[in-house]
Amino acid sequence: MTSYLFYPGCSMETSAKAYYESLIAVKKTLGLDLVEIDDWNCCGATEYLGINLIPAYALISRNLALATQQANGSRTVVAPCSACYLNLAKADHYMLERPELGEKVNLALQAGNLFYKPGSLEIRHLLDILINDVGLEEIKSKVKKPLRGIKVAPYLGCMVPRPDYKKRWSDHEHPDELDRLLSALGAEAIDFPLKTHCCGGHMPQISPSTAFELIRRLLHGADLYEADLLVTVCPMCQMNLDAFQAETNRYFHTNYKIPIIFFTQLMGLAFGEDPKELGFGRELVSTEFALSRIGLEIPEPDGSKVQPKRAKKTGLPMPTMPADEEAHK
Amino acid sequence: MLANTAPQTTNPLSTVINPNLRFLEEVSGATAGISRLEMCIQCGTCGGSCPSSTDMEYTPRSIFAMLRAGLREEVLSSNTPWICVSCYHCVVRCPQEVHIPDVMYTLKSMAIRAKLYKDATAPDFSMTFVDMVETYGRSFELGLATRHYLKHFPLRLPSMAPMGLGLLSKQRMEITPHRIEGINQLKAILQLAKELEAIE
Ligand code: SF4
Ligand code: SF4
Repeated sequence: MTSYLFYPGCSMETSAKAYYESLIAVKKTLGLDLVEIDDWNCCGATEYLGINLIPAYALISRNLALATQQANGSRTVVAPCSACYLNLAKADHYMLERPELGEKVNLALQAGNLFYKPGSLEIRHLLDILINDVGLEEIKSKVKKPLRGIKVAPYLGCMVPRPDYKKRWSDHEHPDELDRLLSALGAEAIDFPLKTHCCGGHMPQISPSTAFELIRRLLHGADLYEADLLVTVCPMCQMNLDAFQAETNRYFHTNYKIPIIFFTQLMGLAFGEDPKELGFGRELVSTEFALSRIGLEIPEPDGSKVQPKRAKKTGLPMPTMPADEEAHK
Repeated sequence: MLANTAPQTTNPLSTVINPNLRFLEEVSGATAGISRLEMCIQCGTCGGSCPSSTDMEYTPRSIFAMLRAGLREEVLSSNTPWICVSCYHCVVRCPQEVHIPDVMYTLKSMAIRAKLYKDATAPDFSMTFVDMVETYGRSFELGLATRHYLKHFPLRLPSMAPMGLGLLSKQRMEITPHRIEGINQLKAILQLAKELEAIE
């Protein structure tokens, strides 16, 4: 077992639960020991960096400082989410490149009795660990049910292969790591030209037409190549292409129904795990047809029958806001 | 701000020769790493590589030319940094290795401080997100989405309800936020970080 420090990131517990569940299901087979960083906090996604520089880097660096405290033997932090991975790597990289940044961040961390020495951790994405540490031969040797008959579009999105501070990927725009992994599982990986194009990021919330166009291009591309499904390494890519596919279809009067799942889910299938344990059924665009190509049925996720109560006005249940909560103290 | 601690810039451009360059220096200094903004040769590779440039008022290249010309208001009120999706295509293609999206982040924070942005959708989204993170230590998608969509996209809500309900019923959204244990520690760190940012 190789031990790694693990930074799950917020979405693994919520929107990307299927990623988390499938990772848990395959990590044993792969001999990965993932030690979660205690009490980690959000990395700030792409939001905090655009507001306040030092607080944004201090927010990210609290995680790095906690990880160093916990590091026993392992100095490698693994992040499954692309945005988390890039934020952690970016903070480490820029604090080395610009020592005054590191000094200021450490001054702030002192308020919490924490310290981080830039450059003291290795920050890596989960796919990188699987390809370069576990290795494709090892992965291939664990395959019990080769995924023959399914055509997959490998989709990495932006923030894993770029900017790639440590030059870990085969190419910034057309890396082949995910393709090779899919082939090792027995699936047919199409040579997807849009494999590192943008999913729209946070644009569905800011400029919907910009986001829908970026989503449309990817769906159109996958459709042209007759992919049964898209496979991603990033919670945000999954969310945009899955949850906003219906709105994109309405916007362009198209009718795409291309499911998008996490690469760990396909690995689990190939290792012979039960689809239910792999988070299948959590996607909004059904994988039913795609999985039927390899003779599998998708389960209903637990609790899917429980319909949440409707709030009066919007049709969406209303959460508690920080402001309300403060007011009720 | 970092801008006023010994500027580690890539090129000793002199603001004595050209005072317009002060804005460029300020932006470059306030950017996280060494921005290399001074090295831009106006080749246009960034704009040509940018997937969202069609929705931008000025391409990244134009913005950098305007920066150099000291057009502070025009730059800070343009939608360009807010439309940048942080895809890093330009970064890996730029012959001068300018840290383009990081410069965009700097421009956003300066636009917020100077209240020069024209459309509040993007800054509001970022600030609501940060508000959640500062309160809980984690992001809280349902709270963020609801507050943001009610304010900025109320008309999209009816058509989005099935998606919201789908995410909820598939347990992909929490109804209540998760608060980290060390929230007070995090708050203390962020408080001090904000004061440090404010030291001119
Ligand atoms: S690609 Fe680089 S050098 Fe060329 S215009 Fe853009 S920032 Fe300047
Ligand atoms: S990082 Fe921003 S500016 Fe650069 S290509 Fe992507 S969207 Fe355009």
